[in-house]
Amino acid sequence: MFKGDFIKNLPKIYGTYTGGFLVFIILMAIAEQAGVSAKNIGVMFVAFTVLIYALIGYLSRTIQVDAYYVAGRQVPTVFNGMATAADWMSGASFVALAGGVYFGGYTYMAFLVGWTGGYVLVATLMAPYLRKFGCYTVPDFIGTRYGGNLVRACSVFVLFIASFTYVTAQINATGTIASRALGIPFEAGVWVGLISILICSMLGGMRAVTWTQVAQYIVLIIAYLLPVFWISNKVGGGVFPHLMLGDEVARLGELEQQFGLVKNSAADMKAAGVPGGLKYISGSHSGVPEGGMAVWKYLSLAICMMVGTASLPHILMRYFTTPTVRAARKSVAWSLFFIFLLYSSAPMLATLSKLALMDPNLPTGIIGKSISEVQSIEWVQRWSEVKQVFIADFNGDGILQLNEWFMRGDVVVLATPEVAGLPFVISGLVFAGGMAAAMSTADGLVLAISNALSHDIYYKIIDPKADTAKRLLVARVLLVIIGAAGAYIASFRLTSILGSVAWAFDFAMSGLFFPLVLGVWWKRATRAGAIAGIVSGIVSGTLYLLWVFPKFSVPIFGGVNTPFLGIDHLRFGLIGAPICLVVMVVVSLMTKEPSPATQKMVDDTRIPTGKAILGKQH
Amino acid sequence: MSNKDAYWNKTKNHMIVTLVLWAFFSLVIFMFGSELNTMSFLGYPLAYYMTAQGSLLAFVIILFWTANKQEKIDEEHGFSEREDD
Repeated sequence: MFKGDFIKNLPKIYGTYTGGFLVFIILMAIAEQAGVSAKNIGVMFVAFTVLIYALIGYLSRTIQVDAYYVAGRQVPTVFNGMATAADWMSGASFVALAGGVYFGGYTYMAFLVGWTGGYVLVATLMAPYLRKFGCYTVPDFIGTRYGGNLVRACSVFVLFIASFTYVTAQINATGTIASRALGIPFEAGVWVGLISILICSMLGGMRAVTWTQVAQYIVLIIAYLLPVFWISNKVGGGVFPHLMLGDEVARLGELEQQFGLVKNSAADMKAAGVPGGLKYISGSHSGVPEGGMAVWKYLSLAICMMVGTASLPHILMRYFTTPTVRAARKSVAWSLFFIFLLYSSAPMLATLSKLALMDPNLPTGIIGKSISEVQSIEWVQRWSEVKQVFIADFNGDGILQLNEWFMRGDVVVLATPEVAGLPFVISGLVFAGGMAAAMSTADGLVLAISNALSHDIYYKIIDPKADTAKRLLVARVLLVIIGAAGAYIASFRLTSILGSVAWAFDFAMSGLFFPLVLGVWWKRATRAGAIAGIVSGIVSGTLYLLWVFPKFSVPIFGGVNTPFLGIDHLRFGLIGAPICLVVMVVVSLMTKEPSPATQKMVDDTRIPTGKAILGKQH
Repeated sequence: MSNKDAYWNKTKNHMIVTLVLWAFFSLVIFMFGSELNTMSFLGYPLAYYMTAQGSLLAFVIILFWTANKQEKIDEEHGFSEREDD
């Protein structure tokens, strides 16, 4: 399958695969009509798709170093775009993004701008140059450009912190979805998820991850778009929701006025016993909050997410796999196009879901109805049992108010098909999509970490004489260890302590953004400058996080601290990155300028043609 | 000025133009969110539309445009790669 003109056959192979998947969905729909239980359909969806990924992972096995690290640098532009999109869109993007928009409205959507705008930075400042350089990993670039083991080790350290924060959340999501779809305990779900992730990546490294990610993208985008279009048509939102929901957004504004946006006090919520993690609507959907601070909060979050995106190693390394520098640039554009398809649909899903629940004129509306009536609805009962939705009658009038309806964000994606009365086959499809999204991101992250450890720490620093077989063995053993460590932590549900995935972006921007950018764009940047920049950036950012995040600051500093200039724990990269920049520039200027050889290396990095800095095998 | 330096100057200017466009769609327009929201596009309030879809689409277009433009700069200076991708 991977011999000869495999690359030329890619459109045919994935076309057949997509057709096969659509046939599978139709078969499941027929099975549902024939009386197969909803639970079994969910099991079949997840099992079937995971088996396919495992098969692709097995067929892509390799014993070559450049195939293992960079998929042999032969991934075509468009396919690399799909793989990057799957790599990028995590389980959290898939199940939580629409929920975030549902509750947060305009303010939350700074994430949408941040998680897409960052790709402009990737394309202009980083991707083509790192591709030309010919590195296997991100620390490989930093270690070679600045020269020396210390700077290499520092960048591996930042990569490890950023990616590991992210990967536990992904394994957690894989476990949650596997446990719900397969009806097994969460802890077992985590290990099922881990095994699926490892099968896809262990035998073939980057090559296997690339081809499974393309397959996973196809599943996740079908699973996201099909329900959105179907629901929109069913509830009268229009044939093409993205262009036609203007009236619905306006209607939401009216309904917010009618029901009133009330803020519950923490004491009331505690007294009523609202389960943790459930939220209610207290902000406007499309309204922009007034005031300079609100604008700054929006912009600062967008900046952190954009700069963080451009520093995350598991994304940057995807552009090492294209055949040419030009292909790397185009591939960033395709990546964002494929990401756009999902991200622009999330607000539409949130709008439809919100309207379905809030509009008393719709049969699905629940706000403003009597609580006893709402409690007798089947889906409300089912999701209440698992503590995903909750009703608290604060004013005791027996009528459900907007501030009395609590829901977990994930429910927007997972339950809206059910609420709108779509067949269960769609819910099964959504499970498969969520699983694909969580697995593909976890794969990319685990690989980024273990590649950095095996290539940069083991091969470049510890044992430069190791032969190919030994290097690949070490790489695979580390992959299993990192995956198992992530799953072990996820199985204890420690993720609430490890915090938000947004932290991964802040860590990465604090320690990696400026060393990467200046490595290409400023010849005067020196080794001492880079080391000082990385260390000061990551240390100051982390200290600020400890100081500002109440769960850490209470035991360490003995109290809750007010964020400086509104820079809270989601935005601590705004402390780390500027410090990294200033320190790096000052120290670089104080030290001797880089050698002519290094300057020539930077010159060569800047032009697309000519030999790569690092050889095909290194 | 050598060909390489001329190429790099053009690339740098192109990078700056791209980042100005990027900053406009990611930051500048959202400084005026409440003002923009009084206007409408496709029936959506404008600031809402931009953050939900408009800016995202603008980034996609910017990326294809900037890649094509950079390829032209490569060609002008003879740094174009072989047509084998």
